[in-house]
Amino acid sequence: MHPAPSVILFSSLAGAGFGLLFFLGLGAPTYDGVIAFGFYVIAYALAVGGLLCCVFHLGNKKNAIKSYSQWRTSWLSREAWCAVGALLTMGLFALGQIFFSVNWQPLGFIGAMLSLGTVFTTSMIYAQLKTIPRWNQPATPGFFLLAALAGGAILSANIDMALALLAGLGAVTAFHWWKGDRRFAEAGSTISSATQLTGTVSLWEKPHTGQNYLTHEMVYQVGRKHAVKLRVIAMGLMVVLPLLVLLVFGPHHVPAAIAVLSHLAGVLVQRWLFFAEAEHVVGLYYGAHTDRQAVA
Amino acid sequence: MNQPVLNLSPKVSDEVRKTTCYMCACRCGIDVHIKDGKVAYIEGNRDHPVNQGVLCAKGSAGIMQHNAPSRLRSPLKRVGERGEGKFEEISWDEAYDIAAGWLEPIRKEDPSKLAFFTGRDQSQSFTSWWAQAFGTPNYAAHGGFCSVNMAAGGIYTMGGAFWEFGQPDWDRTKLFILFGVAEDHDSNPIKMGLGKIKKNGAKVVGVNPIRSGYNAVADDWFGVTPGTDGLLILSLVHCLLKAGKIDLTYLRDFTDAPVLIDEREGPTKGLPLKDDDGHALVWCRKENRPRCYDAEDVDPDLNGAWEDGDVTHRTVFHALAHKYLDPQYAPEAVAERVVISATRIRGLAAEIARVAFDEAIELDHEWTDFRGRKHTKMVGRPVSMHAMRGISAHANGFQTCRALHTLQILIGSVETPGGFRFKPPYPKSAKIHPKPHCKVTPGAPLDGPHLGFTHGPEDLCLREDGTPARIDKAYTWENPMSSHGMMHMVISNAHAGDPYKIDTLFLYMANMAWNSSMNTSGTMKMLSDKDENGDYVIPHIIYSDAYSSEMVAYADLILPDTTYLERHDCISLLDRPICEAEAAADAIRWPVVEPDRDVRGFQTALIELGSKMGLPGFVKDDGSPKFTDYADYIVNHERRPGIGPLMGWRGNGDDTGRGSVNPAQLDRYIENGGFAIQHIPENAQFYKPWNMAYQEWAVEIGLFDKASPYLFTLWCEPLRKFQLAAEGHGDRQPPDHLRDRIKATMDPLPIWWDPMEVHGGQGTFTVTALTQRPMAMYHSWGTQNAWLRQIHGTNPLYVPTEIWEGQGFGDGDWAKVSSPHGDITVPVVHMPALNRNTVWTWNAIGKRKGAWALHDTAPEAKEGFLLNHLIHELLPPKQDGMRWSNSDPITGQAAWFDLKVKIERTPAPADGRAKPDTGSQASPVGKGPRTLAWEV
Amino acid sequence: MTALPSSTDKKLGLVIDLDTCVGCHACVTACKGWNTQNYGAPLSDQDPYGTPSGTFLNRIHSFQTQPETGLARTTHFPKSCLHCEDAPCVTVCPTGASYKRAEDGIVLVNEDACMGCGLCAWACPYGARELDQDAGVMKKCTLCVDRIYNENLPEVDRQPACVRTCPAGARHFGDLGDPNSAVSQLVADRGGVDLMPEQGTKPVNQYLPPRPRDTISDVLEGDEDILAPYLAPVAEEPKGFLGWLDKTLEKL
Ligand SMILES: Nc1nc2c(c(=O)[nH]1)N[C@H]1C(S)=C(S)[C@@H](COP(=O)(O)OP(=O)(O)OC[C@H]3O[C@@H](n4cnc5c(=O)[nH]c(N)nc54)[C@H](O)[C@@H]3O)O[C@H]1N2
Ligand SMILES: Nc1nc2c(c(=O)[nH]1)N[C@H]1C(S)=C(S)[C@@H](COP(=O)(O)OP(=O)(O)OC[C@H]3O[C@@H](n4cnc5c(=O)[nH]c(N)nc54)[C@H](O)[C@@H]3O)O[C@H]1N2
Ligand code: SF4
Ligand code: SF4
Ligand code: SF4
Ligand code: SF4
Ligand code: SF4
Ligand SMILES: [Mo]
Repeated sequence: MHPAPSVILFSSLAGAGFGLLFFLGLGAPTYDGVIAFGFYVIAYALAVGGLLCCVFHLGNKKNAIKSYSQWRTSWLSREAWCAVGALLTMGLFALGQIFFSVNWQPLGFIGAMLSLGTVFTTSMIYAQLKTIPRWNQPATPGFFLLAALAGGAILSANIDMALALLAGLGAVTAFHWWKGDRRFAEAGSTISSATQLTGTVSLWEKPHTGQNYLTHEMVYQVGRKHAVKLRVIAMGLMVVLPLLVLLVFGPHHVPAAIAVLSHLAGVLVQRWLFFAEAEHVVGLYYGAHTDRQAVA
Repeated sequence: MNQPVLNLSPKVSDEVRKTTCYMCACRCGIDVHIKDGKVAYIEGNRDHPVNQGVLCAKGSAGIMQHNAPSRLRSPLKRVGERGEGKFEEISWDEAYDIAAGWLEPIRKEDPSKLAFFTGRDQSQSFTSWWAQAFGTPNYAAHGGFCSVNMAAGGIYTMGGAFWEFGQPDWDRTKLFILFGVAEDHDSNPIKMGLGKIKKNGAKVVGVNPIRSGYNAVADDWFGVTPGTDGLLILSLVHCLLKAGKIDLTYLRDFTDAPVLIDEREGPTKGLPLKDDDGHALVWCRKENRPRCYDAEDVDPDLNGAWEDGDVTHRTVFHALAHKYLDPQYAPEAVAERVVISATRIRGLAAEIARVAFDEAIELDHEWTDFRGRKHTKMVGRPVSMHAMRGISAHANGFQTCRALHTLQILIGSVETPGGFRFKPPYPKSAKIHPKPHCKVTPGAPLDGPHLGFTHGPEDLCLREDGTPARIDKAYTWENPMSSHGMMHMVISNAHAGDPYKIDTLFLYMANMAWNSSMNTSGTMKMLSDKDENGDYVIPHIIYSDAYSSEMVAYADLILPDTTYLERHDCISLLDRPICEAEAAADAIRWPVVEPDRDVRGFQTALIELGSKMGLPGFVKDDGSPKFTDYADYIVNHERRPGIGPLMGWRGNGDDTGRGSVNPAQLDRYIENGGFAIQHIPENAQFYKPWNMAYQEWAVEIGLFDKASPYLFTLWCEPLRKFQLAAEGHGDRQPPDHLRDRIKATMDPLPIWWDPMEVHGGQGTFTVTALTQRPMAMYHSWGTQNAWLRQIHGTNPLYVPTEIWEGQGFGDGDWAKVSSPHGDITVPVVHMPALNRNTVWTWNAIGKRKGAWALHDTAPEAKEGFLLNHLIHELLPPKQDGMRWSNSDPITGQAAWFDLKVKIERTPAPADGRAKPDTGSQASPVGKGPRTLAWEV
Repeated sequence: MTALPSSTDKKLGLVIDLDTCVGCHACVTACKGWNTQNYGAPLSDQDPYGTPSGTFLNRIHSFQTQPETGLARTTHFPKSCLHCEDAPCVTVCPTGASYKRAEDGIVLVNEDACMGCGLCAWACPYGARELDQDAGVMKKCTLCVDRIYNENLPEVDRQPACVRTCPAGARHFGDLGDPNSAVSQLVADRGGVDLMPEQGTKPVNQYLPPRPRDTISDVLEGDEDILAPYLAPVAEEPKGFLGWLDKTLEKL
């Protein structure tokens, strides 16, 4: 899949943002006044910033509002609901803390759940797609949630929590990659199943000699070697470096800041790979991914 | 669940105007939907005989041709150098003044200093009439480099050809064999026919080095080695003869198989014996004496022998049997050359035999033949064949085409149910076609039509001193039967001043500076070459195009044509009509929208130029113009009394074919959807060459003036006449250096030779390089079409597995492809379903930078390429330094497909551009817009 | 709306004959032409006279196949929306723009509701949806819903533009829900198949596989050679042949 910057930014930043809101909602930590304000500014900047990026991705923004209509069936619609839900409830909760130094804890609790829900629904948009076997696995929501929580934990200075979550994130991400490399074959779509032709099938001529929306959007391919390098970088920045920094220097501002930046950078790389490595079965009609298909 | 409410019956258009498509030469009927006076949508005309409602990819994309930004806008006068594309817009009056200023002096002094050649236009009966009136012998259309072998081979053998002049009996055929066709002129009819065949569960066999398109749907594919079809066909003939699986009755009654061949030494040896009034003689089994072939009660003996003094005259069939029963034609003997196993060749022969004789068809139609004999039924051999440039665009093409027709005739499948059928005005014996004319008289018309059929040395177009009379050297000893002229030789001959210098080159609808020419880079040089005093070697070039093509940049004066939706045209029985096997039909185009530019239909421009110069036929006695425009000509011109360009609604509107001029004729055509059709009576539908009912019908509608039945000629008399000359008989003698070639190639019975030997450069160039027509592109025009160019924007060279692996090619690789003549650097792609020694690419996709109003980023001008740079119009020099033209020695057909190349892997060019670089041209019409969302 | 109808009265769709398709692209431009003037926004093209790309609802792919033994083959392969019964493109749509009609099963995009997020195109295994780069809304085959019921068109023309134009007759339109319809019969006779059945989309459109190829000489290669008699020589030498000829001519 084409790694569109807007979507990558959205899923990484918003993830961390909602992760932070989750912890703030749970009251871990609990501040008031200016400090609380500071935390919420960061959280909202990330979350709202992320959401905006994703609106840029739309071809016809004026109808964005309609995306609230299909919550019964559409994960994207559900995400939209969760997101506003989370932002509103957490907004109220934040008002309480910042201006009246009160914790309407039940509200915060709901807000926390909605924040996590937002991340989960986002992940399900991808995880539901049979057409992209690499995404179509439980580990997809797994690492979306863990990434959000880990980011949130570091940002909210829940260091011990962060250590555990980062470790978990590392493990799940690694698994997602390992599994992802096998998913296309497991899913069983091949150029033969796509064409139902007998014998060894290969593409002779594309329908058009030029590019089209589908080839731009879905027949993107990254070099293997390149991908491996990026996986190492992603894992290093997203998990290993933050872990080390936090272990060695503990909960101080500078190391925490480094950890956060490194982690977010790592998540960006990981999300870029998440798209760039994803093989859409339609690629088979364009002669792509035949190296990934199950050997019949 | 609430669904949006849809308007399921939107208004489609304000009005439908029915005219004829011209996205190619197939001439399908189209319904043009007009909204707010604009062209909104084009679909097929269901009532039209050619396409019955369907359209091809090009036809449906016509709207993008009609609105193409490359359309010329006004007459142009060159201001830069030739090739630069720098022009200034001028008025039509000024354009005519310039043209007349060049042409009038020529006409007074020597009309042959004008060479007027046209492309695939459909007004050849008009353009040639203009050229005749002007008086130049130098006129032809593109047939010479297109497929004249197919046309001439058919007409000389059976009085009609494939091309679009005949068709398989699609509804009844049970085995259809397609030789060397990717698309052909009959684009839609062939596709519709294949559909029918598939529906009826009949078999399709594709004989073609490349398995794509029609050959991809063929039930059986014979991936023949290019140039060897003649061998394959004669091997099939060998098998069928040997098994006696031939139609003896058919051969006896309707062909020259029983005709006796003169055995006496001397100037008549090998010619059919004839009685005093020129009727061929056969041996009559009843009366045991030679008799004229068409006597009512004659019983021709296929194996007759006439002991005449010390010689015995034997039949054509006797000679044919001896020739093809020879073991050299056995499947085993040819298998290796054609790279098809002897078993598969036998398999095909056996299948032909089975279908022809076990699945024979009988229609209960009574009919009477030319001998006056009644037949109670029409017997058919449901094996049909079609072929086109794959066999004709080789130097042995004429004989290969004859071989194919011989095969059809031997099994009795021509003009019989389930076989191959002619479309009016065919069948028509070669003998009743005109002969070529070339007698020039300053200030006066030519002595007759330029093009025709030669029947012996006396018909050649030579001057008193024996030098060629025509600039293209058509109808000379180099290619005595070049029935369509040799357009591919005009520019190089004019440049070389051989046979003589000309003053003005006048071209119409032919991209001669590009895809239309062999040796494209060389041709571009010749067109812009200057002599020692800095004048262009070809002094003046006038060109009519509708779009900003490569050729436009090389002309001095441009007469801008309209698009096909903006003008009158007539697709006439005098030319290349739209007839079907069951009916005569012709059609028109008419301006369904008016041009929004200062352009004029070319034929109208010719009429205006003709009357300005006072050409006979174009002006009244008082010198005033005879025709106001082409529409006026179409209605009022008469070729013979009562016969005009259009057959429909003549006289008071009730006459078809013959009849006086009807001023309302065009309106009647428009009312009827743009065409007229006249059905052939049922008892006249088959056996047409010998069927008196057909002959009478043909006379009635004016196809010819008296019934003219004839025999199919397996033995081609004209060929033998030229051979006799080469053997030293007669007073018109060939130059000595051509004698052996004429003797060897002009065998009266079909033969095969390897046309590519001379191209191999002693084994350096071993791979044949071909092109195919893309179904969704028309030569160079398609590229200006925003929709079509997305389908074919680049054209890789397709390479078979052996060469692919041999060269270690991989995806995205490039190759250097060289021929004796030069080299090109192009992208390659692997294709397994391909003859193992053949590479190919799509034709005419590559474009010159700046042409067609495209931006410089256009892929056509980047990776796109032409094979033409590798094809020379002349063969490599022979020992004696002589260079013969790269053409069939009999007809002069351009041998596009004899190209032999060498292929080497090479690093992809840094700039990603295919080589050679042909520079760029300025665009007289600017560049196209950056987005398109064409809703009317 | 985004929920799929539990069942549809009809299952309108196309049957595409891979044995007959010559790959001419006629259906491609006929579709482009009709749908540029009709249903919703025109199908736009970007940089049409430079490095072009554009929206098409129907495209022809070409594949080559190498059987275990025998000659390589080429198959031209038209592809447009298959109007799936379990259409994932519909259920993922957040705005409800993407829907399947209850009356005939046609899957459509309501452009007035589409926000151009592209998710439905991601959900389609067949590449049948293209986001128009000019209008920013999702485009797909409408099964010519504005032709097949159109009272402004003559009865015979109430069929998809691509079907009407296909010169080879390789495209068939009809109700695949009705086992007695011509198209259902065709599918039954010719063994029509689903594309990517493993995706569980239950396509309505069916594909007729190419018939067996290159069989002419099999019989000869087989031990029992049924065609051989047809080539049994009447004689080995020209002389003998002419003898046979005389005998046969006697009988004529
Ligand atoms: N390598 C290779 N070369 C080939 C061939 C091949 O098989 N292989 N085929 C050969 C054959 S058979 C042919 S016929 C030629 C065809 O080659 P051309 O005859 O050159 O065909 P086009 O380039 O399509 O058209 C010629 C010109 O006609 C112009 N034109 C289009 N419509 C109109 C109109 O309405 N009015 C006017 N006045 N002009 C118009 C176009 O803009 C174009 O510039 O190519 C030959 N060249
Ligand atoms: N869409 C479209 N239609 C067209 C045209 C176009 O440009 N586009 N051009 C029109 C014109 S001008 C013409 S002349 C006709 C030409 O129509 P075609 O005769 O179909 O011309 P080509 O496309 O050159 O196809 C030649 C075919 O012969 C095969 N071939 C080459 N050498 C051999 C051989 O030695 N033996 C055999 N058996 N096959 C061989 C090639 O593989 C190719 O398939 O098409 C006309 N129709
Ligand atoms: S074949 Fe196509 S381009 Fe040619 S006339 Fe017919 S519809 Fe037009
Ligand atoms: S083919 Fe694709 S777009 Fe069409 S219904 Fe099926 S899933 Fe949806
Ligand atoms: S692109 Fe339009 S139709 Fe497709 S999912 Fe988004 S909103 Fe729905
Ligand atoms: S049915 Fe209509 S919309 Fe669909 S592919 Fe055919 S022409 Fe295009
Ligand atoms: S129009 Fe018919 S034959 Fe041509 S590509 Fe489309 S389906 Fe195939
Ligand atoms: Mo041609």
